[in-house]
Amino acid sequence: MKNLKLIALFVLPTLFSTSCSNDDAPVNEEEVITTVTTTLSGGGQIITLTSRDLDGDGPNAPVVTVSGNLVAGRSYSGSTTFLNELENPAEDITREVEEEGADHQVFYQLNTSIGTVTYADTDTNGRPIGLNFTLVAGTSGSTGTLTVTLRHLPNKTASGVSNGSITNAGGNTDAAVTFSLTVN
Amino acid sequence: MRLLSISLFFLVGFFGYTQVTITGVISDEKGLPIRDAHVHIANKTTSTDAYGSYRLSGIPKGKQKLYISFIGYSVIEEIIEISNDLTINRLLKLDYTKLEEVTIQQHSNSKSESSDEHVLKRAALEKYSNQTLGEALKEVTGVSILKTGSTIVKPVINGLHSNRVPIINNNVRLEDQQWGAEHAPNFDINSAGKITVIKGASALQYGGDAIGGIVVIEPEIIKKDTLVGKTIFNAASNGMGGSLSSSIQKGNSLGWSWNALGTFKYLGDRETPDYVLSNSGNREQNFSGGIRFAQEKYNFNATYSFYNAQIGILKASHIGNITDLYNSINNQQPSVIDPFTYSIDAPKQEVQHHIGKINFQNWLNENTSIELQYAFQFNNRLEFDIRRSSANNDKAALDLQLATHTFLFDWKSVVGDWRFKSGINLGYQNNFANPKTGVRPLIPSYEKLDAGLYGITVYKLDNATSIESGIRYDFSTIEATKYYLKSRWVERGYDAEFSHFIVGEEGNQWLTKPTFNYHNFTANIGFKKQLHHEMEWLANISLASRNPNPSELFSDGLHHSTGQIELGDLRLEKEQAYKLNTTIKKDWKSFQVQLHPFVNRISNFMYLQPIGFETTIRGAFPVWEFKQTEAILTGFDANTIWAMSHHFLHELGIAYVNGQNLSTDEYLIDIPPFVINNKIQYKNETWFNFVSELKSELVFRQNQFPNYDFETNIIVNNALTPVLVAISSPPKSYHLLHFYSEMKFKIDKRNSVTTSFSIQNMLNTTYRDYLNRQRFFVDEMGRNFQIQLKFNY
Repeated sequence: MKNLKLIALFVLPTLFSTSCSNDDAPVNEEEVITTVTTTLSGGGQIITLTSRDLDGDGPNAPVVTVSGNLVAGRSYSGSTTFLNELENPAEDITREVEEEGADHQVFYQLNTSIGTVTYADTDTNGRPIGLNFTLVAGTSGSTGTLTVTLRHLPNKTASGVSNGSITNAGGNTDAAVTFSLTVN
Repeated sequence: MRLLSISLFFLVGFFGYTQVTITGVISDEKGLPIRDAHVHIANKTTSTDAYGSYRLSGIPKGKQKLYISFIGYSVIEEIIEISNDLTINRLLKLDYTKLEEVTIQQHSNSKSESSDEHVLKRAALEKYSNQTLGEALKEVTGVSILKTGSTIVKPVINGLHSNRVPIINNNVRLEDQQWGAEHAPNFDINSAGKITVIKGASALQYGGDAIGGIVVIEPEIIKKDTLVGKTIFNAASNGMGGSLSSSIQKGNSLGWSWNALGTFKYLGDRETPDYVLSNSGNREQNFSGGIRFAQEKYNFNATYSFYNAQIGILKASHIGNITDLYNSINNQQPSVIDPFTYSIDAPKQEVQHHIGKINFQNWLNENTSIELQYAFQFNNRLEFDIRRSSANNDKAALDLQLATHTFLFDWKSVVGDWRFKSGINLGYQNNFANPKTGVRPLIPSYEKLDAGLYGITVYKLDNATSIESGIRYDFSTIEATKYYLKSRWVERGYDAEFSHFIVGEEGNQWLTKPTFNYHNFTANIGFKKQLHHEMEWLANISLASRNPNPSELFSDGLHHSTGQIELGDLRLEKEQAYKLNTTIKKDWKSFQVQLHPFVNRISNFMYLQPIGFETTIRGAFPVWEFKQTEAILTGFDANTIWAMSHHFLHELGIAYVNGQNLSTDEYLIDIPPFVINNKIQYKNETWFNFVSELKSELVFRQNQFPNYDFETNIIVNNALTPVLVAISSPPKSYHLLHFYSEMKFKIDKRNSVTTSFSIQNMLNTTYRDYLNRQRFFVDEMGRNFQIQLKFNY
């Protein structure tokens, strides 16, 4: 039994000295979208809508800019891009969304007085992705919001989803930004 | 246990006496007197003096129970007919097996002299073989459970949980990242032989921070030279799965003994009365084993246990942003309902917990023993989330590796009417938050050192009264390594106060090394008094002190599994509680009552409060902040047991807690509602030990809650609209019925089979529970049929 005591005495310090090595490296955040940009071009006009949140889940709200107003009745060809600007150079997430188009869809929510959106692209199954679209501006004098939502793994076959209705889409929200718009 | 056969002494009685005096001498087998032996006749108790003699007066005539015990000797229990003054001499026989048991009991069973202890024995625990520790502990009145879904269950004692309720497993304090509400104790219920719940901080040998109470789990130790095995098989209808647990134990009074246990659990999606709880399956693969070498004066044991669990997190609870939360609360319908499956997808948890322990106990002499113990624990927690990039789906979003070393030295001694217990503990803990997850960890890497010193004294004032007091000092130092977003650092207002913690800069983040030291003095004093007529009174006042845990200090960011932003606070100070506990027990012949009122005044009470929302590129998320306040918890637990007849038994349990936030004059959040439990049992030994129970569980609506509802903008009909997110209001009251029955078939002297059949939520009631973090998203589990087969061999 004395031997056991001796063993215990020797084993203890060695056990105490083994511990995980702490790594002081910062986390390389791989999944962040910092910037959502929707560009509307039509009639020689280019309107850029940007929502940029450089502190990710931090306390600062995204900085939202809208470069101009819509013109009533005008048809705009639209596109949306997603960037991670914490990387240098900025990581373009749009391509990933496009490549995995069957697993993603961008939704546009706005009142008809602001405009109507029609999808202008398709995934491998012939269903919309929503990176490219057409927006026909609504009636003059309206103000309202356009909400752009990127859903991951939505149920693309659910009722209304391929027409742009988010209600039955399910899935997970990767980005959801809101822009204020005015129609002249 | 072998009892000595001793002749009885009968003397012819005199008229006129209704009460008599009994005297005698207690000696050992060699005829030497035994000092301090405990003698109990009728409702009187005393101890023998240095000559082994005792004297008890005021004993009523008639048939009375005689009980004599002394540490290390076989107990004598007899019924004696008393008609006159009497001399009763007895010889006590040395019992090695008893010596073991008593010392183990001294070590961890007599946890607190003056606090009410509730013990769950093996038979009661086996019913929960397919469930969790928390569900088993709910058997104790005053214990409720905090749940995340159906499988992550934490015990709540008198309204408090997590770090306020330490769990001591086989004399090792469980260090399994218990700070989180959705971190269930990493423990296999099948490995418990006995569980004791102490509703207070009086068991100072385990630490001074048990502000809520303490749960002490002990394995079963067989002290006979025998080899026994046990296999429990469970099958459950809800989840369409079950568990298998098998153990084998080689017992011995002296020399070598060993045991091994393995448990497997496999369950798929649970169901409510109306829909499938998608992704709520769970699995467990657990092992534990130990060896033990015992001699008369010392024993040595080494144990190892491994807990390995995979737990699905309800898909519908994975909220995208506040819009999803608002819709869930208002629709009362989950967003995802898939067909039943056994497979577990993200979000899920994979948790592993290892405990290795060596322990040495030595009796220096008849009255004094020492104990040395070293334990190593390693806890690895992986939380998998639904990732934005499918390439990352198999990569955990959170990977925390917590290693804990603890060293204990305890000393115990009995001197006359005094009992002393003292000890030191040293601990080193290292948490490693793996940065390779690609997600900022909610809990940072840290190192922690602890040192504690305690002393407890129990003094036997007279035959019926003992006084206990204890004091403890703890030192703790913690150093974290954490990256703060500069914007968060400013938002928290740390730049003025804590700039000395900054050691580096990395893009938009500060590298910080927050360091905190804590000195804590804790104490308790109490008494136990045996009053006349089978009535006992216990009272205890304790001062407990708890340091803020890493989650309270450092949490910062989106908690992916709950979809909420959680913010710790470096300014949090230690929490201190004065708890007054008292218990009154009264036994009539077939009726027992136990009352336990308490007051717990807590200074700097830490709690998580919803404070609003923050907007990110993914939308708005609710923000919960760790806050500190002055609080008081008052309440009572009441129990009755009524043996209505030889066959029928009724049990009643009532528990009430009121939590007040004194600083804001509001109620405290997440306080368990008022509960009434009724149980009727029918027992008939002649039908293969048939037992049948019907239990009613009535849980009232919690009407005492603070209003933390907040307004936010969500998109309604394509336009942003302000709405009220009603996260505060508790669910309706509910009533559940549960059924249990069992029969035991003896095959031969050693082998037996016990079969049981039970139904939980018999009426398939639809309900939600205030203390379930998923109450915003789904109903609780519906009816569950369960069968259990237990083989003893």
